[in-house]
Amino acid sequence: MSCAVNSGMYDVIVIGGGPAGLAAALAAREAGAQRVLILERDGELGGILNQCIHNGFGLHYFKEELTGPEYAGRFIARLAGTGIEVRLNTMVLDITRDRQVCAVSRQYGCQMLQSRAIVLAMGCRERTRGAIGIPGTRPAGIFTAGTAQRYVNMEGYMVGRRVLILGSGDIGLIMARRMTLEGAKVLACIEVMPYSGGLNRNIVQCLQDFDIPLYLSHTIVDIRGERRVEKAVVARVDEHRRPIPGTEIGFDCDTILLSVGLIPENELTRTAGIPLDGRTKGAYVYENMETRAPGIFACGNVVHVHDLVDYVTAESQRAGAAAARFAAGARAEGPALTVENGAGVSYTVPQAIRPAAAGKGVDIFFRVRAVYSGDLRIVAESGGAPLAAFRREHLAPGEMEHITLPKALLDKAAGSITMRIEEVHS
Amino acid sequence: MKELICIVCPKGCRLQVDEENGYAVTGNGCARGAAYGKAELTNPTRVVTSTVAVAGGVHPRCPVKTDRAIPKALMARAVACLDGLKLQAPVALGQVVVEDVCGTGARFVATRNLPRG
Ligand SMILES: Cc1cc2nc3c(=O)[nH]c(=O)nc-3n(C[C@H](O)[C@H](O)[C@H](O)COP(=O)(O)OP(=O)(O)OC[C@H]3O[C@@H](n4cnc5c(N)ncnc54)[C@H](O)[C@@H]3O)c2cc1C
Ligand code: SF4
Repeated sequence: MSCAVNSGMYDVIVIGGGPAGLAAALAAREAGAQRVLILERDGELGGILNQCIHNGFGLHYFKEELTGPEYAGRFIARLAGTGIEVRLNTMVLDITRDRQVCAVSRQYGCQMLQSRAIVLAMGCRERTRGAIGIPGTRPAGIFTAGTAQRYVNMEGYMVGRRVLILGSGDIGLIMARRMTLEGAKVLACIEVMPYSGGLNRNIVQCLQDFDIPLYLSHTIVDIRGERRVEKAVVARVDEHRRPIPGTEIGFDCDTILLSVGLIPENELTRTAGIPLDGRTKGAYVYENMETRAPGIFACGNVVHVHDLVDYVTAESQRAGAAAARFAAGARAEGPALTVENGAGVSYTVPQAIRPAAAGKGVDIFFRVRAVYSGDLRIVAESGGAPLAAFRREHLAPGEMEHITLPKALLDKAAGSITMRIEEVHS
Repeated sequence: MKELICIVCPKGCRLQVDEENGYAVTGNGCARGAAYGKAELTNPTRVVTSTVAVAGGVHPRCPVKTDRAIPKALMARAVACLDGLKLQAPVALGQVVVEDVCGTGARFVATRNLPRG
């Protein structure tokens, strides 16, 4: 198959038309990019939000509570009249560090596109059963929670009647409520960690509202059934996550939904040789969401898994505006500070900051390693001296946190900034 | 004193509600949390989301929501009143699907545009 270079030069090509891609494209256009193109492999824009029919989106950004399709719809509506080009049913196969994009679709055939800047907004995909290795037979009736969500909410196909949910991630919790309201019996939600992986609101609204038990520090040790799932055996685990013999409970279920985490979808990034962070599974990014490949930016779930779409939007607007500036010839330069993970912090985004390019300051997003409560401080320090401390009363791995470091503080840092959690004992 | 997690927005503030003191709320990050804390102990309500069948659209189901919160106890009955309905594409965002959900005065409205398929 040969690809002709066609369509001329774009200022910004955005890969993925979910909330990240939409916000990035709009922001790029507003920041002056002339030719902006969104490439989306699905038949419509909106990404994962199209199947997230529940409400809870947009309180920070729109100051009202929207469902997923409504939130996406507002951004899709904003495209009208902007001149932003959209190609649907178009799958990007390859990108290069000199910003060529190879894509294919039935309508446009094989396309070799050239752009001054690229924004990666491919989102993430679900971990599957194979990826976490549950023992037992391989009968029908085992779905990832997101696949089940798509079947139930978009295709109108009920996936089962007696359901067990493995993992307390948000999608699993949302599906516990959804399946219950559709008439299924959700027997329990099983979580291997001693705390839930999902947002509190989902624990309350999706489990407690329907009296669905949550078993923390438990896992599935066996799945039985010939053609369809008939039974799952659940056991308590010790602190090393090893099942404890004698604690088994049997659940007679026909369906198991796996909600065991999301992985940023970075095949394109990896093949282009753009460095990834093993902790976030996304690209290393600077303060303006630029990856280590100049002119290639990334935002949304492809960088790190977000629980709030409002933060996806904010981050993606930054990426889009920065891509437009790059396309116009401006370069974010200057020496970079690295952001290191100290005690209690599992990752940060961005991983590096160029103070000269930081504008008024930088938002640092991060997750913590364990559940903390009490009098807490998020400490940012450089060279052993504290730059700033932020008070919190509650921190949990399931809830992304962020702090803002003003430019004046960044200028005081040298070499690196370390972020850590401190428990203040009175 | 009752401890609650605010669910109005994904921040999930930890609320303390004082039932003996006019349901005074502390620990809330914003005013909506105070209202929620009081309502949750006096008259809990939820916005209900579900889907309804559509003929001739790009998808066979269209997402809907109640246009206001309804009593929590009515959630299952509300969803059941969508059974057997079938809309005809195109469906417009905000289109009313059920006029009066279980006598609450709330309406089910479409939450997206669903063009013909
Ligand atoms: C089940 C679930 C429930 C959630 N609930 C909430 C909630 O209640 N409140 C809240 O605020 N947030 C919630 N979120 C989080 C929020 O929805 C996500 O963080 C957000 O949708 C991520 O946006 P994105 O654009 O990065 O990714 P996506 O929405 O996944 O979009 C990525 C897009 O890229 C496209 N794509 C990927 N690869 C290619 C390629 N090679 N070529 C072309 N196109 C490609 C995909 O088709 C997709 O359309 C939830 C998320 C999920 C999954
Ligand atoms: S109190 Fe306000 S900020 Fe806190 S969770 Fe409730 S709505 Fe959100």
